[in-house]
Amino acid sequence: MMSNRSWFLQLKPIPATVTEVRKEADDVCTLCFDAPMLDRAMPGQYVMVWVHRLDEVPMALSSYNAITIQNVGEATRVLTGMKPGDIIGLRGPYGSGFGIKGSDILIIAGGVGAAPLAPLAEACASRGIKVTALLGAKTVSDLIFVERFKAVGELMTATDDGTEGYLGPVTELMKDVNLEEYDQLYACGPELMMRGVLDMCAERGIESTLQMSLHRYVKCGVGLCGACCIDPDGLRVCCEGPVFTGDKLVGSELGKYRRDASGRKTYPWGRE
Amino acid sequence: MTDISTEVTGLKVRSPAMLAAGVLGTTGTSLRRIAVSGAGAVVTKSLGVQPSEGHPGPNLVEVDCGFLNAMGLPNPSCAAFLDEMDAAREAGVPIIASVIGRNAEEFSGAARLMGGADALELNVSCPHAERGYGASICSDPDLLADIVRSVKGSVKIPVWVKLPPYVDKITELGIISEKNGADAVVAINTVPAMAIDINTGMPILGNITGGLSGPAIKPISLKCTYDLYKALKIPVISVGGIAGWEDAVEFIMAGAAAVQVGSALHNNIDIFREIETGIKAYLEEKGMTLEAMRGIAHRKT
Repeated sequence: MMSNRSWFLQLKPIPATVTEVRKEADDVCTLCFDAPMLDRAMPGQYVMVWVHRLDEVPMALSSYNAITIQNVGEATRVLTGMKPGDIIGLRGPYGSGFGIKGSDILIIAGGVGAAPLAPLAEACASRGIKVTALLGAKTVSDLIFVERFKAVGELMTATDDGTEGYLGPVTELMKDVNLEEYDQLYACGPELMMRGVLDMCAERGIESTLQMSLHRYVKCGVGLCGACCIDPDGLRVCCEGPVFTGDKLVGSELGKYRRDASGRKTYPWGRE
Repeated sequence: MTDISTEVTGLKVRSPAMLAAGVLGTTGTSLRRIAVSGAGAVVTKSLGVQPSEGHPGPNLVEVDCGFLNAMGLPNPSCAAFLDEMDAAREAGVPIIASVIGRNAEEFSGAARLMGGADALELNVSCPHAERGYGASICSDPDLLADIVRSVKGSVKIPVWVKLPPYVDKITELGIISEKNGADAVVAINTVPAMAIDINTGMPILGNITGGLSGPAIKPISLKCTYDLYKALKIPVISVGGIAGWEDAVEFIMAGAAAVQVGSALHNNIDIFREIETGIKAYLEEKGMTLEAMRGIAHRKT
């Protein structure tokens, strides 16, 4: 049999002009851009954002033409300071995206982790899927996309300081709903929150109905450099993820460690 | 079924197709995954005595004939990587540690730290390394000789030297490597290259320039293998644009003892099994052995 010789998609970064900047929270903003090539992007996919003369960083699409950025480092600081008319480069969309299925779904979002979940909620609702969302953040002003989630389904909120909704982590809200009733569960947020969601699903034996979007150091975006591989199966977050089903993550490094830009293991959540 | 297991510098491999350095080699479990998927051997990410974060992005850009990358040799350091070796070993295929340095002392230090690997591959050919590392070593034949000799004196395992694609000089570099004790040469590293964003006029890679891999460099690499096979007694391990069993066969016909695959993994994580199956079927059809096929192109001129 001849080998399949199909090779390249010819994806150089394409230029995109910022058309609108929306402040979502103290250190979070949404950049909308003109990038028609992203029309085909699926919720959960991401783009490699080239901040000229500085770096290139992976960003989940928060709508087909927008990214939502938290200021956590040099590149994100420049991005959060951008104005309409500024130009960035975009490679993508990359990654697996969320699989849309079932007729009744639960979304669990923490902080800026709501970014890929808001377009998912909208895509599901537009297909007649019933959407329930649990949204958590540190404080009321950090709850993002409240209106977007409310517009397409039921929303429950939680804040660490009790300034809105339930006082405590968003995973506590999961205890008030019957997780087994949902056809699919979708989660994105801080890693320990996602670990908590995974553990709760695994305890109930429903981890394969859970889809989670992971964060790892993504450099090449096309599954070659290996910077984003996760243990223990060597799955590539950049192209086989960032969305994985829970059954692929039980027993993984999630919530235990991750690797930095050099590939060294780091333990931001403490060593067991 | 035809046997395509072979021996390269004393290492027994079940297939002549190996994972190339720099690709999916940062973690032990990713090396294990590729080994389990059918690679005859796997080469780690290039490791130095000190950890490095590599260049700022963009680190990779797709061009119409391949990939352009300037990772900048990010690596967790030899010492940190020892922790990854256990998982990599579980698949039972040889692990080749790619090592970097700026001089004989640094190379030997890295080599000793990775002395538990099955072989070493000296990266003296990366075109986008920090000053003093990578390809700049090959512009100084004495330095190359010094490094190879020194590493050979520091470890007991086979030492392979990965050469840059300097088409007119590569046999000379191969001869220097061989004379100073190298057990094999690996050819070729990526080809110095760049891409510019015509909308802004800016070079795209964070490092401005990088290395080209993929189909564009295959014929270049093939000529290097052909020339090296003729000039050297030690084995030539070929790398550059191999994306299917037909390519592997072509390189073996040019004299390759084994081949390495990198860029083609981006859309085909199962490529090693396919190459293995493809070569076996080809040899069966032709009624030939792997050894009989090796270097056949030299006998057909």
